[in-house]
Amino acid sequence: MKSDSFEPAAIRAAARTRAAVLPLEELNPADPQGFVDDTVGYVFERLRREDPVHRSHSPIPGIDTYWSVTRYRDIMQVDTSHGIYSSEDGITLMDFPPGDEQKLPMFIAMDPPKHDEQRKAVGPIVAPANLNHWHDLIRERTGKVLDGLPRNETFNWVDKVSIELTTYMLATLFDFPLQDRRLLTHWSDIATANKLTNPDAPEPEVRMAELHKMLEYFTRLWNERINAPPRTDLVSMLAHGPATRNMGPAEYMGNLILLIVGGNDTTRNSMTGGVLALHEHPQEMAKLRANPALVESLVPEIIRWQTPLAYMRRSALIDTELGGKQIRRGDKLAMWYLSGNRDEAAIQEPNRFIIDRERPRQHLSFGFGIHRCVGNRLAELQLKILWEEILRRFARIEVVGEPTRIRSAFVRGFSHLPVRIPA
Amino acid sequence: MPKVTFLAFKGGTHTVQVPVGTTLMRAATDNGVPGIDGDCGGNCACATCHVYIDPAWSVRVGPRNATEEAMLNAVDELRSNSRLACQITLDDALDGLLVGLPEAQH
Repeated sequence: MKSDSFEPAAIRAAARTRAAVLPLEELNPADPQGFVDDTVGYVFERLRREDPVHRSHSPIPGIDTYWSVTRYRDIMQVDTSHGIYSSEDGITLMDFPPGDEQKLPMFIAMDPPKHDEQRKAVGPIVAPANLNHWHDLIRERTGKVLDGLPRNETFNWVDKVSIELTTYMLATLFDFPLQDRRLLTHWSDIATANKLTNPDAPEPEVRMAELHKMLEYFTRLWNERINAPPRTDLVSMLAHGPATRNMGPAEYMGNLILLIVGGNDTTRNSMTGGVLALHEHPQEMAKLRANPALVESLVPEIIRWQTPLAYMRRSALIDTELGGKQIRRGDKLAMWYLSGNRDEAAIQEPNRFIIDRERPRQHLSFGFGIHRCVGNRLAELQLKILWEEILRRFARIEVVGEPTRIRSAFVRGFSHLPVRIPA
Repeated sequence: MPKVTFLAFKGGTHTVQVPVGTTLMRAATDNGVPGIDGDCGGNCACATCHVYIDPAWSVRVGPRNATEEAMLNAVDELRSNSRLACQITLDDALDGLLVGLPEAQH
């Protein structure tokens, strides 16, 4: 059913009804249409209430049957039980045939001990102490991008701000040639695109060919930097770090993709999501303008609200029990961060966007446990600087049309947000 | 009511007094001591309550638990006296405890 011929309000009403009347076993939170329409919340509400650890079925080949974990507490339990729930089968619901090149070795999809070795090598580059090196550069680049925006005309915030800024940030992290920085966005988008959920995604062979070009480019950088004294860019740190300097090309590619993807569309979609959220909640925007120091608690609330990665997948290593259900060894589970972030058992008034919460960081968007997002402070820093610089410059930012949301149950984001900044 | 003193990374101290049974993490976050975040609310799940236990206190504070050990891999500047403050419960035996704060929580 084509939905762009219906008004958003009608779509929401229909989805709300469907979520309420469908038999429980027919609810499938991983249906990408629920993300295009932003109606999946109705499914999560019912599941949290009636079947918090739910046996879900997807018609998408490779996803098939999985457990949906929807309550904050249960998600926390799974996320912190890495001895029971493994990341080694991958962190998305899609399973590919064995030997398929689509899965890449990256530490987000590893268990200890290998996970720990690799994470320890990468963690220091995005440690808060190291971020101090980049404060000024981030602020300078953010200011430049904002100053260059058109005034009194409608433009796409996603392209002109969110993608532009996060691309600059990635180029900085890797000390990547600035003139080629859009390649980073391109490779990130290719890495996450999936033809089974998104018809516009490239064919698997095309995808792998592009990722191989990425590997070639980064191998060139690696060869340059391994022969130079160690520096604080990510390529140099990987090339010199004891745990990573001997990694093979597949692992290098996997970790690069992890860092590019991890640092790219998540931050990008939070930048867009924040603009939309403040537009939809003008009383919160008024609070912010009256007290710009609230940027500190605004930023984590944006990250909770957007939940840029809607879920993370795990596989059960043993038979176990969760929320009263029997989980079998080998079963796959989705920790629905997007649902946990709206769980009123854990978060007060979770369906309200509130920019001055007392404990704003108590959300699931970065995950918890050993895989908690290693770049979380860098993400917050970028968003903080963005909002500080926006508040300095623009009295008003108007969202002048509906957002276009990405067809993905994993990446919760936008391809288009029409914005107008009065002169 | 045990007292605990936090040494800030760049110098300066904060001393707080809390009821028996309070975790070291809550002793900081409930009393406005900067430098401990406790993002996960004390569930040993985020490693943002990283502290250094003063060596004179390490025996009385005791060793890390297994979950804590796994999470400590994530901290910057891990040392032998690193602990996660949410895993330490204050009682009268720990009255006067001295802990150092790291440069930042990750």
